[in-house]
Amino acid sequence: MLELKNLSFKVDNEDGSGSLHIIEGLNLSIEEGKFVVITGPNGGGKSTLAKLIMGIEQPTAGQIIYNGQDITNMSVTDRAKLGIGYAFQQPPRFKGLTVRSLLSLAAGKDLPEDECCSYLTRVGLCSMDYLNREVDSSLSGGEVKRIEIATLMARDLNLAIYDEPEAGIDLWSFTMLVDTFKSLAKNETNSVIIISHQERIMQLADEIIVIADGKVMSRGPKDEIFPKLLTEFGSFGRDCTFRGEGA
Amino acid sequence: MDIKDFNFSTSLTPTDRYMLGEIADMMGTPDGAFNIRKNGQGLVRESSQNIEIRQKTDKPGIDIIIKPYTKAEKVHIPVIITDTGVEEVVYNDFFIGEGADVDIVAGCGIHNCGDQNSQHDGIHAFHIGKNARVKYTEKHIGAGDGNGKRIMNPTTVVNMEEGSYCEMDMVQIKGVDSTLRKTEANLGANAKIYILERLMTHGKQEARTEMVVNLNGEGSSAQIISRTVGKDDSVQVFFPNAVGNNACHAHVQCDSIIMDNAKISSVPAISANHPDAQVIHEAAIGKINSDQLIKLETFGMTEEEAEEVIIQGFLK
Repeated sequence: MLELKNLSFKVDNEDGSGSLHIIEGLNLSIEEGKFVVITGPNGGGKSTLAKLIMGIEQPTAGQIIYNGQDITNMSVTDRAKLGIGYAFQQPPRFKGLTVRSLLSLAAGKDLPEDECCSYLTRVGLCSMDYLNREVDSSLSGGEVKRIEIATLMARDLNLAIYDEPEAGIDLWSFTMLVDTFKSLAKNETNSVIIISHQERIMQLADEIIVIADGKVMSRGPKDEIFPKLLTEFGSFGRDCTFRGEGA
Repeated sequence: MDIKDFNFSTSLTPTDRYMLGEIADMMGTPDGAFNIRKNGQGLVRESSQNIEIRQKTDKPGIDIIIKPYTKAEKVHIPVIITDTGVEEVVYNDFFIGEGADVDIVAGCGIHNCGDQNSQHDGIHAFHIGKNARVKYTEKHIGAGDGNGKRIMNPTTVVNMEEGSYCEMDMVQIKGVDSTLRKTEANLGANAKIYILERLMTHGKQEARTEMVVNLNGEGSSAQIISRTVGKDDSVQVFFPNAVGNNACHAHVQCDSIIMDNAKISSVPAISANHPDAQVIHEAAIGKINSDQLIKLETFGMTEEEAEEVIIQGFLK
């Protein structure tokens, strides 16, 4: 379904003293219908990897193959039309656009009220309170984040990428979100990639991929990788252990 | 034209009907009182039981007299100019009786296919009685492919008595080459005004807005919102001023999206002449955020489509 071949992304240092690899020669394949959680230390390249897959950033080397097609040079728009979707870690706000319009734009058609409500309910928002509200600064960070997740639910996606969906979401809503992702995990035809540090989300995964220093540090079934996260790789919240010890 | 002889479909040209639809949402003869002005002259006028429209005798324009306690009625007073070279100054006075609750739909459309300038300067004065409520909608558009300019210089003065409420939605979305918009409001005790001005300029258009809201009465309040988009080589200047002369609240918010080579100046001013006046302003000018564009592109839209959605939402 998705194959990343020798993928690199580097940026020039601001002082002109060379360049820094954010992603370096990364190889990865994700099969159809898999629910994959990407985890790893902050600054390890996870979000950049997600943006490279969506086409928001262009790789400096390597190839991205999606369903047998080379999409490396394809625009965000064209990748979206192929059924790839991406939920921002920090979603933008839109003055004047209501939640309902945003969901309709995501779906590519005017969504009936009950359908909008069902997406909002799945992310723990009381739909009637939100449908006609604008997606502007009157909404809290957690609310915007949940609406962002709902926009992906409203799309008919083959590959959905969520960048830290749990960030900024309160404990009560998080439980509902885990249930929602659990239902996504059951779908055997569409693939889901979630960048996450949350144990409860990792527990849903078919596979966990650990990314650090721009490379795949480890990957495998959750039962194999998850225990290592807490022992070999150090515990979460102590990011220095990832980097210091290396892979 | 006598109202008995007026037929929306046959008395008006397709261009007239298009312009009336655009500026006043008129798809047929409206219910209630109305006045249509075309090419510098009153075309047809109809009063209702509670709303009288009377032609002025000393200068061009009309008086609109709304009886006290008139409820849920609408009055339409659109102006269209379809000939080239028409230049007019029109005085419209609105007298809204105590306790009335009405919608007033104004608007001006200039369709200029010729080489001479066409210009409409509408001078509106509102006298809003005690506890009356008014919703005023004004849309301005320009159309036609002539070299003659389409110019509109509206002046609006709103005098509000105790406890009255006025909501003003003023829109100029396209085709007006030059505009100087002047608005003045004078608020009595507990009067409230909400002004939303939406404006888009393109090509080499120029737009200047001057707005003064005087909060004279105790407990009066004002909310002034300006949303604008400047495209191409157009130039916009905004100068809203809220003046607190008593214990009052006022909030001025100006937001602009700047594109291409446009120039925008936003100069919100606030003044307080009373220790209990609370007056706030916010202003921001910026281009469309790239994350907004990318977000919509992840829905499968092109950059141009995304830009259009953002602008339409912003100006909605």
